Amino acid sequence: MKKAAYSFPEEVLEHVFSFIVSDKDRSSISLVCKSWYEIERWCRRKVFVGNCYAVSPPILIKRFPELRSVTLKGKPHFADFNLVPEGWGGFACPWIRAMAGAYPWLEEIRLKRMVVSDESLEIIAKSFRNFKVLVLSSCEGFTTEGLAAIAANCRNLRELDLRESEVEDLSGRWLSDFPDSYTSLESLNISCLGNEVNLLALERLVSRCPNLKTLRLNRAVPLDRLPNLLRGAPQLAELGTGAYTSEMRPDVFSNLAEAFAGCKQLKTLSGFWDVLPSYLPAVYPICSQLISLNLSYATVQSPDLIKLVSLCEKLQKLWVLDYIEDDGLEVLAASCKDLRELRVFPSDPFGLEPNVALTEQGLVSVSEGCPKLQSVLYFCRQMSNAALNTIARNRPNLTRFRLCIIEPRSPDYLTLQPLDDGFGAIVEHCKDLRRLSLSGLLTDRVFEYIGTYGKKLEMLSVAFAGDSDLGLHHVLSGCDNLRKLEIRDCPFGDKALLANAAKLETMRSLWMSSCSVSFGACKVLGQKMPRLNVEVMDESGPPDSRPESSPVEKLYVYRTVAGPRLDMPGFVWTMDDDSALRIS
Amino acid sequence: MSAEKGYVGLGEVGEMEESIGLNLKATELRLGLPGSESPVKSTSLGAKRGFSDAIDGKWVLSGNGNAGSDLALGKDASLFSPPSDNTNNDPLPLPQPSKPIPAPAAKAQVVGWPPIRSFRKNSMATQPPQKNEADAEPKPGCLYVKVSMDGAPYLRKMDLNNYASYRDLSSALEKMFSCFTLGQCGSHGVSSRDNSSESKLRDLLHGSEYVLTYEDKDGDWMLVGDVPWEMFTDSCKRLRIMKSSEAIGLAPRAMEKCRSRN
Repeated sequence: MKKAAYSFPEEVLEHVFSFIVSDKDRSSISLVCKSWYEIERWCRRKVFVGNCYAVSPPILIKRFPELRSVTLKGKPHFADFNLVPEGWGGFACPWIRAMAGAYPWLEEIRLKRMVVSDESLEIIAKSFRNFKVLVLSSCEGFTTEGLAAIAANCRNLRELDLRESEVEDLSGRWLSDFPDSYTSLESLNISCLGNEVNLLALERLVSRCPNLKTLRLNRAVPLDRLPNLLRGAPQLAELGTGAYTSEMRPDVFSNLAEAFAGCKQLKTLSGFWDVLPSYLPAVYPICSQLISLNLSYATVQSPDLIKLVSLCEKLQKLWVLDYIEDDGLEVLAASCKDLRELRVFPSDPFGLEPNVALTEQGLVSVSEGCPKLQSVLYFCRQMSNAALNTIARNRPNLTRFRLCIIEPRSPDYLTLQPLDDGFGAIVEHCKDLRRLSLSGLLTDRVFEYIGTYGKKLEMLSVAFAGDSDLGLHHVLSGCDNLRKLEIRDCPFGDKALLANAAKLETMRSLWMSSCSVSFGACKVLGQKMPRLNVEVMDESGPPDSRPESSPVEKLYVYRTVAGPRLDMPGFVWTMDDDSALRIS
Repeated sequence: MSAEKGYVGLGEVGEMEESIGLNLKATELRLGLPGSESPVKSTSLGAKRGFSDAIDGKWVLSGNGNAGSDLALGKDASLFSPPSDNTNNDPLPLPQPSKPIPAPAAKAQVVGWPPIRSFRKNSMATQPPQKNEADAEPKPGCLYVKVSMDGAPYLRKMDLNNYASYRDLSSALEKMFSCFTLGQCGSHGVSSRDNSSESKLRDLLHGSEYVLTYEDKDGDWMLVGDVPWEMFTDSCKRLRIMKSSEAIGLAPRAMEKCRSRN
């Protein structure tokens, strides 16, 4: 395209583009015209790949030659709940190898639900001279040896965050591999590690890194070592404690309380494993400055939780166990008017009877009392349409609503009706709802509501719900912004899926397990939609050894520009053109 | 001690019900194939039935029609049939399982439900909700123990702190598992027992279908009634209503332990 006389020089456009950081905006810029596409791709520094199989390393590298930051996500969300068998995929190695060659100046790698090997970590450690940020979220496949390589080699490392990864913890020695000259650490999250790290090395590391803002310890760090660590980093903003218990000794207590009081910038607390309630008052002096509190591992009872929470007037985010009970949530509603996010986890999810007095009422109270509440994750054992209706009307500003009624298919406990109307009220009133998880007894009607009102919905999780394909059809045809749909144990089948095949290309992915989708339909879908990867998972053997009408165990469909993947394990079959021909 | 016996497959329901005289209707549990009876919607226990559907296996379907060329792809295609006749949420009938479903050690767990991440599950598993150490905070007001009964496909949980004596416990259990015999256990302690207690136990074992046993802190299975009530609630980790035929090996050990305590 000819450059018109009045167009800006490339350098100016590049400069302007540098202020555009959101992925969506960058994408829009690149679509304006060919020259903007070219300029944009050369100056793009940060890329987010929501599904590592939607694109391939060569494609990424070809388009964006100068990246500094890459984020990749691997396994589907339901992998968190053991629904994705071992070996499924999400291997980071091919990406890391490719990037090692193409991006010597890469600074940040963030991976979620991927399999990362020690070898990959070694490659990272040796290939990127200016490497700064490594975040491994819910990853697995590596050991503390890989971490040692990172510690020893990454001179400019700022952030090492292993949140909820499964690390084979061979020894706590790796932490000592940070050289004495290394002082640039800003954020360290080792909360997932099982073994004790070398505590002296940790203390020295913490005290020599003046910019350390985030420190999340693992359970093995004893409480009596915490004061020293805190004194070495009074500038800390986010702290995750280790085990929060010790012999009850006044000197240990006062030492701890003093150390906490010295952290004037501390805004976020987490950890709190094995809490001895008598130590909780040590944090009281800083409660008034807290904006985020994760007590979801703290097995303390409601009175202690209430005392703590009622002091946190600035609290925006609370994660807690259901020990807080309805009473505690009422206090929360009265004390924490700035609350934006609440997550209540079950203390006894597999018990038959409720072990705590937590019901729908707690959530109703919070919805009444906290005007800024946007994000909810709530596990409980009973719910009613009336309560959901009230919540919806109280809080039309909800953007994320995930409700888990523990017993599948539980009806409204007052009327014994399905909870269709209640969830319908949620989607109708909460017009900005982006994420929704359903539970309880639900018919196709709830999906009709979702399809009608859930226009901004991006992610929907469904389990043990619905009556027929109509349910699925409502969602696929109605939810204009749907990106991720995950379904388990619902009677949804071929018809809705095939009727809405085109919709699937507008989404990131669809997961369906223990539903009624037949192998034959999967083949058809794979054949007709070349830009979708239609993957069937079946651990009992090749799906073509059963009749075409047999339902598949698990189905994972996602859009891709990279074609069928080549790293599938034996229990995954892809339904593309070739394979469909081969099988039939 | 054998692990819980695999509970009987769905097909043998009728016989089982008769042989143990277990009146499950009283506990509102249906053991018939899902869909073979009208849904239990009259109480909140209806939810439990839904759950047992989930654990009984996947949906088995009649064919979904041929996925063939007559299927047009596109949003307007109205290819789905109207909701099936089966509108009362009953799943389609399941085939008989080829082997008996093993009895759940705890509540029968559906894979991945409730949706809790492994990291959290593992963290909680190594943290008992109530501490037993002396220096811990005072015991919270509940002492839940699991109660299982041989042959019954579900567990209950009860709070031992709700009861003051073996008699209370016995009547509560009787209500819970309607046909059940505690026998002649009283609340006297071990010290008042003499040789006649051995014969009492033997009577117990021979005289009734079931005996009540518990697992103590050491992991041993004991007959309920041997120790003072407070000692019992202190050491009881779980309860099992055991078939007397299974419990025969239990008595000598129980007696030994009693003797060694004296």
